[in-house]
Amino acid sequence: MAMLEVQGLGISFGGLCAVDRFNLKIEKGQLYGLIGPNGAGKTTIFNLLTGVYKPNNGRVTLDGQNITGKSTIEINQAGIARTFQNIRLFPKLTVLDNVKAGLHNNHPYSTLEGILRLPKYRKVEKEMDEKAMELLKVFDLDGYADVLAANLPYGKQRKLEIARALATDPKLLLLDEPAAGMNPNETQELMDTIRFVRDHFDMTILLIEHDMRLVSGICEELTVLNFGQVLCQGKTSDVLNDPQVITAYLGE
Amino acid sequence: MIVMKKMKLDKNLKSSLITYGMVIAAYIVMQTLVMTDNISSLMEGLFVPLCIYSIMAVSLNLTVGILGELSLGHAGFMCIGAFAGAFFSKCMNGAMPDGIRFVCAILIGAVVAALFGFLIGIPVLRLKGDYLAIVTLGFGEIIKNLVNVFYVGRDANGFHFSMKDAMSLGMEADGEVIIKGAQGITKTPQDSTFTIGVILLLIALFIVLNFINSRSGRAVMAIRDNRIAAESIGINITKYKLMAFSISAGLAGVAGVLYAHNLTTLTALPKNFGYNQSIMILVYVVLGGIGNIRGSVIAAVALTLLPELMRSLQDYRMLIYAVVLIGAMLFTWAPKAKEFREKYSPKRLLALKKAQKEAK
Repeated sequence: MAMLEVQGLGISFGGLCAVDRFNLKIEKGQLYGLIGPNGAGKTTIFNLLTGVYKPNNGRVTLDGQNITGKSTIEINQAGIARTFQNIRLFPKLTVLDNVKAGLHNNHPYSTLEGILRLPKYRKVEKEMDEKAMELLKVFDLDGYADVLAANLPYGKQRKLEIARALATDPKLLLLDEPAAGMNPNETQELMDTIRFVRDHFDMTILLIEHDMRLVSGICEELTVLNFGQVLCQGKTSDVLNDPQVITAYLGE
Repeated sequence: MIVMKKMKLDKNLKSSLITYGMVIAAYIVMQTLVMTDNISSLMEGLFVPLCIYSIMAVSLNLTVGILGELSLGHAGFMCIGAFAGAFFSKCMNGAMPDGIRFVCAILIGAVVAALFGFLIGIPVLRLKGDYLAIVTLGFGEIIKNLVNVFYVGRDANGFHFSMKDAMSLGMEADGEVIIKGAQGITKTPQDSTFTIGVILLLIALFIVLNFINSRSGRAVMAIRDNRIAAESIGINITKYKLMAFSISAGLAGVAGVLYAHNLTTLTALPKNFGYNQSIMILVYVVLGGIGNIRGSVIAAVALTLLPELMRSLQDYRMLIYAVVLIGAMLFTWAPKAKEFREKYSPKRLLALKKAQKEAK
């Protein structure tokens, strides 16, 4: 069974049909790319998948569970986590607390237990600290645990956002332009990180990206979007050589 | 890694302990001054208000600094707490031991104010920024004005309510009017003492500081920093916003009960529960540092004492008060002043000294 299955997804804003009859099927453990020119509707699809927008029609199934039209919080709990095109961290929290915020739902204790510092508070906070440090270590951020997120360098902020998303223990990770604003070295490093996340956490990843080096380097399959519709879908090498894609997106 | 975690935990705990220690130290100093008769009775009369305003500042800082929403109606919650607590005390006066009655009054004031915080929070917290500030301001005024037209009396048949006048309560001859509209509640038992005030302040600090350093506090701050991201990691926005706002209102209610039991007559005037009072408390919060709980207490104490200390300057004191405020704001926020403070901060100087020593 596919990890994510999208059938006939569509939304329009007023008269503008932003996404139309969008289909997608991602198998477990796959690294999948979503590309297309600016304004093609890629981020809109992410917003539809995560419940920020409610689709007008279509159906989204995650690991056999129908999540169409659910709220952002429910969808996160069902197992989709995301990062944002323009980084959205919690700037005034420390790096450690950013990740611990991601652990929020899976490590519960009541507010009263927190205020009274009951044993459960200590136990769960300790678990959270350990889990968060573990995640930070994966991204080489453990040395920055006590730094405010706002003070991290750009590349590390991108990584922290991925770490925070992973902290919610998702089945599917959505990355919205993870390499935006990175230099070639950082992009290379990011590619290794993404591959590592997939292998280490046994993660399924769907990413939006404009950097063709990254896309061709790590994505196994691609969907090309143009004007809200699927232009082409399939193996990365096939898609990138498709004459339609070259005209619409890559340029001749 | 384990060592680091321990340090981190200790850092929060240490900061909290410093705050508690500061309050206790101030309490001991003041009590000693009273015992040795080194303080004017005028100053002594300020002790309970100091606690009241400190609690108010701490509770408002939870809304403004931690939740990140500007509330201009905080005195309204204080008003609710004051009237709920005083009403209970008046009804129960003599029916139970004074100590227990006062504790119950405090709890009731807190719960009723928190309940109102919750109910008002539902519509208000849907708004943001300036809009939220204006609506809270409105609610604060509404509460104050409603209390002013409220008549409650009690006779053998039970309670009577009216919003017209005391006559329309329709009570029997032995009836007693408890809340008399604009005249408020008279002859509330005077239970508030400096010791109780300090204990309540410590409890308020304990609740707020522990809340901030827990899972729920982290969720509230995450919402403050970026609502969309907080939602994307599954944090329930409405729940945590309402929770922080209700706790904040409840603590303001505690301050209100303390206020009510410090005076013989409790009336809802613009002076004590109006717009100016809300702004005054906001000034404590801003001056003490938004999100800085310890700072709020220091600012509340300093700014309450300042006008009294300058009493000899008569009319000029408000002028100096304003200058002090502006000076403090500049010192805290002006870029040059920030630079200066960082350059000469004791932490940095110590580190420098250490580095020099090691270099040798």
